[in-house]
Amino acid sequence: MTDSAATGLAVLSTLLVIAPLVAIFVYLVFKGGSSLSWAFFTQIPKPEGELGGGMANGIVGSCVLLAISSSIGIPIGIGGGIYLAEFGRGTRLANTVRFTADVLNGLPSIVMGMAIYSLLVYRQKHFSAFSGGVALGIMMIPTVCRTTEEMLLMVPNAVREAALALGVSNWRSVLSITVKTASPGIITGCMLAFARVAGETAPLIFTALGNSNWSINPNEAISALPLQIYYYALSPYDDLHRLAWAGALVLIILIVLAVSLVRYVASRGVLKGAS
Amino acid sequence: MGVGIEVTTLNAWYGTNHTLQDINLNIPANHATALIGPSGCGKSTFVRCLNRMHETNPIARVTGTVRIGDLDIYADAKPVEIRRRVGMVFQRPNPFPTMSIYDNVAAGLKLNGFRNHRALDEIVEKSLKNSALWDEVKDDLKKKSGASLSGGQQQRLCIARALAVDPEVLLMDEPASALDPVSTSKIEDLIFQLKSQYTIVIVTHNMQQAARVAEKTGFFLNGRMVEFDSTHKIFTNPSDKRTEDYITGRFG
Repeated sequence: MTDSAATGLAVLSTLLVIAPLVAIFVYLVFKGGSSLSWAFFTQIPKPEGELGGGMANGIVGSCVLLAISSSIGIPIGIGGGIYLAEFGRGTRLANTVRFTADVLNGLPSIVMGMAIYSLLVYRQKHFSAFSGGVALGIMMIPTVCRTTEEMLLMVPNAVREAALALGVSNWRSVLSITVKTASPGIITGCMLAFARVAGETAPLIFTALGNSNWSINPNEAISALPLQIYYYALSPYDDLHRLAWAGALVLIILIVLAVSLVRYVASRGVLKGAS
Repeated sequence: MGVGIEVTTLNAWYGTNHTLQDINLNIPANHATALIGPSGCGKSTFVRCLNRMHETNPIARVTGTVRIGDLDIYADAKPVEIRRRVGMVFQRPNPFPTMSIYDNVAAGLKLNGFRNHRALDEIVEKSLKNSALWDEVKDDLKKKSGASLSGGQQQRLCIARALAVDPEVLLMDEPASALDPVSTSKIEDLIFQLKSQYTIVIVTHNMQQAARVAEKTGFFLNGRMVEFDSTHKIFTNPSDKRTEDYITGRFG
């Protein structure tokens, strides 16, 4: 009786967790699905007043921004996590880094946008994909850093001892044994951070700005899906509203695709019975 | 070939806890030496001082001299060099969980930059044969993870991994205490075979095990070595009253 009640409760909670995601997805398909066409993926936005056009530049722009942000956020985050878990345990510097990461994690994204605006954009005197990538990259660091730390701490000490007892140097043991053992969890952390910043709009308004033309130049203002969605949603035209819905749908699908692809690639090397 | 170990006034601490006090001991080459004693008597700490694993704990400290062969391990060499000459097998089997059986055995060499694949194949095969695991795993060397094996197999895998770096001394910290009787007897047979090539030091809670595999036995109590003699003498006619009390089961 109590067993089935608990099971029922668990199932109910699971449904409640999944429900919003499914609801959002269905709504997006309903609102934006009809605007998805070949043109959406191949054309850039039409000048105001003309019908049609697409978000090809936004899709590519998001890819550029995420490439820049990942190449900043992931290495620094993983490096910091390794330091926290393996080398700096209990030191003052580690405690400071951990505290800073937690604060950074709670920082509103618009504040990040303003900070990068004053540090980079204002000095360079122009908006750029690079500054947008930096803003998103810094936002990725705390998530990547703290999950890397947590995942490394979950690796049993016996594994570290086994490596050291073979005469393997400490740094080698950390990189080749401990990090490798924790890598599935570390990858999940990176994907979480990636998915989170992929949908960020606020920090990009001050940095990447958006661009209605083609651009992949990191030194110029660049379009991004969330920005395009934001601008279209604010516009008074129904046509653009529909495109915004379609953009949101595409954004979600792209995130799911990217995460699945990374998971697939990461899981290919796993051996039978590996834990 | 194995080499002898000469320990002089070895003291060890964990924080303020003086876990080993003035240990003096000569461990003969190419023999198995057993260390017995109640839990917390310092025998595990002692073997961890022989490959400088003790100091991997930040609060640990050691003084005294340990000579392994002609090497004064606390004066003449770096910890990593010593650990390549002094292999260790732990109480719980600890294969690298993400690595294949092959990579587990090859790990010590590969991680130290050994790149000759043909030689590596031979070393892996020889080590697995020496640890009596070859026949059970030869078909899935690179397919299965080390963690997919049974507990007893995992422990023999760990022995193979230690042997692959060609040590002179093999330290075993209660290597069979987490295993069932069949696996235990396999490990004991193995120690019996290996001691012709390596100097083996085995910590054990099981006195029958000490009697079966070791020529020499040391009895530790409260951080001191009470008695060290031939295994036969320790178990039949110990000189110290405390040793006699322990082996007859009056305490511990």
